[in-house]
Amino acid sequence: MTLYWSREWLLAEQPASRRQARVGQAYRTWLALRTNRMAMVGLTIIALLILMAIFAGVLAPFDPIQGGDLRTERLQPPSWTHLMGTDDLARDIYSRILYGSRITLMVVSLVAVIATPVGLLVGTIAGYFGGWIDNVLMRITDIFLAFPQLVLALAFVAALGPGIENAIIAIAITSWPPYARLARAETLTIRNADHIAAIQLQGASSARIIWGHVVPLCLSSVIVRVTLDMAGIILTAAGLGFLGLGAQPPQPEWGAMIAGGRQFIIDDWWVATMPGIAIFVVSLGFNFLGDGLRDVFDPKVRK
Amino acid sequence: MTFDASEQEGRRGALPPWLKRLGSLFITLVVTLFGLLLVTFMIGRVVPIDPVLAAVGDRASASTYHKVYLALGLDKPIWEQFLIYVNQVLHGNLGESVLTSRPVLEDIGTVFPATLELSTVAILIGTLVGIPAGVLAAVRQGRLSDQVVRVLGLVGYSAPIFWLGLLGLLLFYAKLGWVSGPGRLDVGYQFSVDRITGLMLVDTALEGQWDAFWNAVSHIILPASLLGYYSMAYISRMTRSFMLQELGQEYIITARVKGVSERRIIWGHALRNAAVPLVTVVALSYGNLLQGAVLTETIFAWPGLGMYLTNSLGSADMNAVLGSTLVIGAAFVALNLLSDVLYTFLDPRVRRQQ
Repeated sequence: MTLYWSREWLLAEQPASRRQARVGQAYRTWLALRTNRMAMVGLTIIALLILMAIFAGVLAPFDPIQGGDLRTERLQPPSWTHLMGTDDLARDIYSRILYGSRITLMVVSLVAVIATPVGLLVGTIAGYFGGWIDNVLMRITDIFLAFPQLVLALAFVAALGPGIENAIIAIAITSWPPYARLARAETLTIRNADHIAAIQLQGASSARIIWGHVVPLCLSSVIVRVTLDMAGIILTAAGLGFLGLGAQPPQPEWGAMIAGGRQFIIDDWWVATMPGIAIFVVSLGFNFLGDGLRDVFDPKVRK
Repeated sequence: MTFDASEQEGRRGALPPWLKRLGSLFITLVVTLFGLLLVTFMIGRVVPIDPVLAAVGDRASASTYHKVYLALGLDKPIWEQFLIYVNQVLHGNLGESVLTSRPVLEDIGTVFPATLELSTVAILIGTLVGIPAGVLAAVRQGRLSDQVVRVLGLVGYSAPIFWLGLLGLLLFYAKLGWVSGPGRLDVGYQFSVDRITGLMLVDTALEGQWDAFWNAVSHIILPASLLGYYSMAYISRMTRSFMLQELGQEYIITARVKGVSERRIIWGHALRNAAVPLVTVVALSYGNLLQGAVLTETIFAWPGLGMYLTNSLGSADMNAVLGSTLVIGAAFVALNLLSDVLYTFLDPRVRRQQ
């Protein structure tokens, strides 16, 4: 086993199996990424976010929904009992932020899971077939790109009704077009490659070629783009929450928490400030990681 | 967003290339606007709000209900309803707002100048700070100032605008008292300024009410700087990468060999060539400001399109919501198109090619 996973095995010039080649490639990416200090900071932040979400129940000293005594524990400034103070319903803000990380993580992962395959599929199909299929699919993409994301998401949520599920659907609907464009551009360069021609001659179906040979080659650049977009997705979700269209109270969604603290901003600054810091740190983490990934994957940036 | 050039492949007549390019852009524009209408129409259809009830109220008799039902064309097939909708929009009819009981287009006309003023001041701030910052970062690549510009940009990408707005109000308005609070003018001035263009800064200046003018400045400076910061993040980043591209070209080496001063190389040679793609970037950020304006306007009680949109959302006023969505979408498309057209005219290579 040690022999298998040694540095030599990973960095072999001539990998013996497909698996070795893939793992080796991933390892090289990791080595390049490891030297990028900002990317590592970003990765740490995201790892902490995931840990927070998993262990929220253990880490949180108070219940995120059920508040304390309204007469004595309302709008308390940060202290040792309440690390980030309490809000107007006497709830511990620190505990709410911990539980809120679950919502944030759910939003970004669901949007990524919905929007990435749609974008990949539309883009690769358009790029591979070309002609009128390309034209129709890209026009549809253009139309979705013609709205600013938040505004279109607002309109969709208005139609579907407020709520975190609908917010996720609305954000996903508005997120896929850039991925489709990117996947199409990649496909156009892959389409005429020799190995694709070889598979075509062997009689592989278009679906097989796209799914098995084009999509994997587009995947890395699309993933980088999705990571870069994560911060934007978090901000859009928080914006929807702030406007009262995302997660509904008493759910501890960070954007909605800022909205809740808005009226106390002057005297009790911590109510709105703390969840804002959480949003800021997490999207900064995704931006750092995305920036680093782009530096690693983009040969134009790499020197 | 860039537009596909695939339509250009068609006939190659005697038309000059730039005209053909404009023609293809025009076709893209029509298709995209048609798509916008389709999207807003479909959103309007899936809304769980009965459009007839919204129009007549829930006390109306069955016959009134039926009359309005027919008048709205709801008995017709869906594609015919869509054509009716397109026809209405093309005639400038976006329906009536339930909230204000005025035509939506009239409402939008009233609030739009506020958004225009806010985003124009913001883009000025963003450009005037962003381009020098980007040039500085490119010239001093890898040094401390480059890192500072990069981190400032990433902070701009990461902070929720409504949160920064609240903190800005807390610090600069409530604690320090450097700027005025929410709204466009102090209450005292509100009724003394006549509406000429709807742009407060222009109107007060035209009427020579200089104290009102400075009051408007103190109101706009915080939200506009905030919005401008976001476009600055994008503009400085793009300026940096365009400048790095230009500074690596051979003509820069030639200029250096000839002994041209470094200042002239940077501002006269490199930036001049980077300016063409930068125009596109500025136009795009101007469009993105419309989106940032929605949240900023809610924070600063700025009576613009964004606040109109969120207010209508709060009261499920669908005509107003879809109308403003459509107007923002159209403005966005127009700005994209403008950036494309400018690109065609500013870059001699694009003009001659094709």
